[in-house]
Amino acid sequence: MTRYVVQRLVLLPFLLFVFSVAVFAIVQAPPGDFLTAYAATLASSGSSISAEHLDALRREYGLDQPAYVQYLKWMRNLSQGNLGLSLEYQRPNAELIGERLALTVVLALFSFVFTWVVAIPAGIYSATHQRSVLDYVLTALNYVGVATPNFMLALILMWIAFAYFGIGITGLFSSEFVDAPWSLARALDLGKHIWLPAVVLGVAGTARLTRVMRANLLDELNKPYVMTARAKGLSELRLVLRYPVRLALNPLVSTIGWYLPALFSGSLIVATVMNLPNIGPLLLRALVNQDMYLAGSILLIYCFLTIVGTLVSDILLAWLDPRIRMDG
Amino acid sequence: MAVGSSAPSAAEERISVASNWTLVWWRFRKHRLALASAAVLIVLYAIVLCPDFFSTQDPELTEARLAFMPVQRLHLFDGGGFRPWVPAVVGKRNPITLRMEWTTDPGRAVGVGFFVRGHSYRVLGVIPANLHLLGAIGGGARAHLLGTDRLGRDQWSRLMHGTQTSMTIGLVAVTLSVVFGVLLGGVSGYVGGLPDLTIQRLIELLQSLPTIPIWLALTAALPRDWSPLRVFFAITVILALVGWTTLGREVRGRFLALREEDFVLAAELAGCSRARIIGRHMVPTFLSHIIATTTLAIPAMIINETSLSFLGLGIRPPAISWGVLLQEAQNIQTLALAPWLLVPGLMVIVSVLAFNLVGDGLRDAADPYSH
Amino acid sequence: MPPIPIATDADAATPLLSVRDLRVSFFLDEGVVRAVDGVSFDVSAGQVVGIVGESGCGKSVTMKAILQIVEEPGRITAGRILFRRRRGPGVPGDEPVDLARLHPRGAAMRAIRGAQIALIPQEPMAAFSPVHTVGDQIVEAIMLHARQWRPEGPALRRAEARRISVDLLRDVGIAMPEQRVDAYSWQLSGGLRQRAMIAMALSCKPRLLIADEPNTAIDVTKQAQVLSLLRELQRRHRTAIVFITHDLGVIAQIAQHVIVMYLGRVMETGPVDDIFHAPKHPYTRALLRSIPTLRVTPRAKLPIISGSLPHPLNRPTGCPFHPRCDVVLPEVCASRVPSLQPVGERQSASCFLHHAVEDTT
Repeated sequence: MTRYVVQRLVLLPFLLFVFSVAVFAIVQAPPGDFLTAYAATLASSGSSISAEHLDALRREYGLDQPAYVQYLKWMRNLSQGNLGLSLEYQRPNAELIGERLALTVVLALFSFVFTWVVAIPAGIYSATHQRSVLDYVLTALNYVGVATPNFMLALILMWIAFAYFGIGITGLFSSEFVDAPWSLARALDLGKHIWLPAVVLGVAGTARLTRVMRANLLDELNKPYVMTARAKGLSELRLVLRYPVRLALNPLVSTIGWYLPALFSGSLIVATVMNLPNIGPLLLRALVNQDMYLAGSILLIYCFLTIVGTLVSDILLAWLDPRIRMDG
Repeated sequence: MAVGSSAPSAAEERISVASNWTLVWWRFRKHRLALASAAVLIVLYAIVLCPDFFSTQDPELTEARLAFMPVQRLHLFDGGGFRPWVPAVVGKRNPITLRMEWTTDPGRAVGVGFFVRGHSYRVLGVIPANLHLLGAIGGGARAHLLGTDRLGRDQWSRLMHGTQTSMTIGLVAVTLSVVFGVLLGGVSGYVGGLPDLTIQRLIELLQSLPTIPIWLALTAALPRDWSPLRVFFAITVILALVGWTTLGREVRGRFLALREEDFVLAAELAGCSRARIIGRHMVPTFLSHIIATTTLAIPAMIINETSLSFLGLGIRPPAISWGVLLQEAQNIQTLALAPWLLVPGLMVIVSVLAFNLVGDGLRDAADPYSH
Repeated sequence: MPPIPIATDADAATPLLSVRDLRVSFFLDEGVVRAVDGVSFDVSAGQVVGIVGESGCGKSVTMKAILQIVEEPGRITAGRILFRRRRGPGVPGDEPVDLARLHPRGAAMRAIRGAQIALIPQEPMAAFSPVHTVGDQIVEAIMLHARQWRPEGPALRRAEARRISVDLLRDVGIAMPEQRVDAYSWQLSGGLRQRAMIAMALSCKPRLLIADEPNTAIDVTKQAQVLSLLRELQRRHRTAIVFITHDLGVIAQIAQHVIVMYLGRVMETGPVDDIFHAPKHPYTRALLRSIPTLRVTPRAKLPIISGSLPHPLNRPTGCPFHPRCDVVLPEVCASRVPSLQPVGERQSASCFLHHAVEDTT
C-alpha cells in the first residue's frame, strides 16, 4: 500500500512534464498568436496598429521564437516559481490566478458540502423507505437533476429571478463590496451570494450521488451481516448507520478526491454564465486570445489538481477498507 | 435426498429455447418508463433523419423586422371540427423604445395544415422534396410554433435542425469511444504483455487529464476558418478521444477475466484463430453490457457538446445545434423578452432523461445476475 | 464463565418456547406465498430441538418469525409465539409473552433479541461485518445487553466488556484469544469464524439459541468439532437450542427432539430415536429411505421422492405432500388438510393414515 503511494508520488513530476508538453502544444496549435488576435480585435473596433509596432511587440514578448524555445522559457520560469506574464492583462499570471483561486476554492467547497449534506441522507432515506412517496419524488428529482446541464439551471434561475422578481443574481458580491477590502461584512455578503452558484454547481452531482448511495445501500441491506446485527437486538436506526451505511459509503468516500478538481473544472461554464470571478472564465479568455503562458499555467494547475485528487481518492479508499489496506 | 423432476411446462420450455436477445427484450418490455423513453428517442431520431420534413420554415431565413415574435400556440380544433390553426400575430411599435412589440390575437386565425408543401430541401442531401409535416396554409402566412429569435428566424425549424446535429454528435462520439475502448481494451486484456502495459499507462494518463479544460483547449485550437462540417467531425473526435478510457478499462478487465474461462480454452484447443475467439466467443458475453453502457454515455456527450457550443467553442454558426441556439439565451434581458429561446435547453433535458431511462432499462434487462 | 442456571423455576413442565399455529405470508406482486402455514411445536428449557426439511419448507422463516426479523414483504399473519422471559427489572412473573404481538422494532423485542434468544446465522463469513473487528462486534452485543452481566450497580465499561469477549473466545476453543479478538472476520479460518459466531451468540447468556444451518459453510471435520462444541456449551449453560438443518445426519447426532417440516407445515415431530427408528409420516419415511447407505446392493437405483417441490404460489390442496406420497389416499388427502395428532407417547404426525378425518381442526 505504501509502496503504491510512493510509486504514484514519484511518477507525479514525470506526469506533469508530459502534460506540460501536451498542454503547450494545444495552446500553441491555433494559427497565429496573441498578437494576431490582438491586432484583429483592434481592427474590428476601428483602431489599428502599425506593422513595426507589432514586430517590436513580438520580439519583446518572444513570440518570434520557435515554439520549443518558448516552451523552454516557460519551463525555466516555472521551475523558478514564475508563472509568466499575461499578455492581455500585462500582469503576472500568479497574481491573476491567485486572486481568483481563493474564490474558486470557496465556491467548490460550498458546493461540495451542499452535495454531501443533501445527497447522503436522501440516499439513505430512499433506500430504507423504498417505494414510499418521498422515495419516488426523490428518484424523479434525481433523474431530472442528472439530465439538466448546470449552466441551463443557472440560466433558468437567472431568468426567473430577473423576469419575475426584477433582481439580477450575477456576480459574487453586491456592488458596494466588489472592490472593497476584506471584512466580516464582505464575507457575509459573499455568503449571501455564493449559495446560489454553489447549489447550481452541485445539483447534478447531488443527484448522481443520491442515486449511487441509494443503490449501494440497497445492495448492502440484503447482506447477512445486517440480519445478524438486527438479531443482536440493535435498534434499526443504529444498525443501519453503523453497518450497511458504513460499507455503502466506502466506495463513495473514495471519490472525494476527484470531487474538488471536478468542481473546479465544472464551475467553468457556470462561472461564465453567472459572471463569477473564477479561474474558469480567465482560462476561457486566455484560450481564445492565445494568452499562452496564462492558459498553459492554468491548465497545468488543473492537471496537477486532478492527479493529486485521484491519488487522494485511492489513499482514502484503502484507509477506509481494511480489506484493501491489509492486503497491501 | 434426491428428488425427481417433472416435465417442464410449456412456458418454461419457451424460456429455455429463447435466445439471449429475446430474453433481454422480454425483460426490457416490462419497464414501461423505459419503453416510453425509447419511443421518445425514436421520434427524436426520426427528426435526425429528415429535419426539414418536420420544419415549418427555412431555418436560415432571416427577417430582422420580425425579430422576437412570440410563440403561436397550435390549436387543433376550430369550433367543433378538426381544423388546426394558430393565432395571428399583431405588431405594435413601442413609441419609446421604438421596438416592435408583438402579441398574439386569438381572434384572427392562421390556418395550419398537415403534410403541406413548403420550402424545398433535399432528403439526406440527395433527394429533392418539399413536403412538410406542418405548415401555414395560404401564401405568405406564417406559423411560428416557437416564435422567432433576434434575426427573425423561425425557432421551431431551427430547433429541428439543431436536434439533428446534437443527437448525431452524441451518437457518433460515443460510437467512436466504444470502438476505441473495445479495441484497445480488448487488445490490452487479451494479449497482455507489453501492449497491455502501454495501453494501461495511456489510460491512466488520459484519465488524469481534467476533461473540461482540455476540451476547451482542444476546441479553441480548431482553426476559425474550417467549414462547419469539418468542425463537426473534429468535435466528435475530440469528445471521443478522452471518453473511451472508462470503457477501455472495463473491457480490459472483462477480457482478463474471460481469458481464464474454460470455454476460451476449449475454443483455443479446437483451433480457432485469435480473432475468431475474441469476436465470436468472448465479445458476445458482454455485448449487452456494452450496449447499456453506451446508451448511458450518450447523455454525457450531448451535454458536453451543448456546453461547448454554448461557450462558442463547439459547433459554430451557421451550423445549428442546441448549444448554438442557447447562445441566444445568454443575455438576461433578451431572455426576459423572449423566454422561448430556452426551449433548446428543454430538449437537452428531455433527450438526456430519455437516454438515461432507456439505458437503465437496458442495463437491468441485460444483467443476468440481477434476477 | 460460570454457568448461570437458566431454569430457576420449579415448573419445568411449561415449555420455554411454545409456537402455536404460526402463519407467515409474503405479499408479493405475483401473489401471496404462505411460507409458514400453521406450525406448532414446543421447546423445553435446556432441550435441543432439530427442525429438518428441504429448502423452501419454511424452517428459516419460522426461525426469523420467532426473532421477529421477517423481511418485507413478509409478515406474521396468525398464531402465537409464547416465550418465557427471564425474571428481571420490568418483567414480573414468569408469564410467557407472545412474541408475535410485539412490535418487531420495539424496545421489548429488542431487549429479548440477543439477550434471551440469540441467533447463530448461516454463513459466518458474511454474517460478520468486514470492516469491524470480531471483538468490536462481540463487545457491541455485550454492551447492548449489559444488564445481563451486571444486573445492578455501575454500568459496564468497554474495557470490561472486552475482557469478557476474550473469555468468551477462549471458552469456544479459540487459541490466543487476546490477539484474535482484534482480528477481522476474514482473517480467521472458517472453523474459527464459526466459533467466534457462537461466542457472539452466547455473549449475553441467552435462554434459547437458534442455530441456522451452522454447518453448511464448513467442511466435515470442522462440522464434528462445532457440533461437539455446541453440545458442550449446551450442557454447561443449559441453553435450549433450536437447530435448523436439512442434514439428517446432524440431527441424529445432536437433537433430542425432531420436527419435520414440509411446505410450511409440520409433518411429524417426536424424540429423535422414535423419528429415526419408527417414523410414522410417509414423508419422514421417504426422507430416511433416500439416505444412501453402505448396505445397498451394488448398482441398485437410489430411492428418490417422486415429483418435485411445487411452486410456492401453486400449493396443492389438502395435504401438502399428497402429490408425491406413495401411500396417498386419493379423495381424502387431496381435499382435507391433516392436523398434527399424537401417534405415540411423545410423537405426533399429521397424516390421515394415522388418524380419522374427523379429528382435523
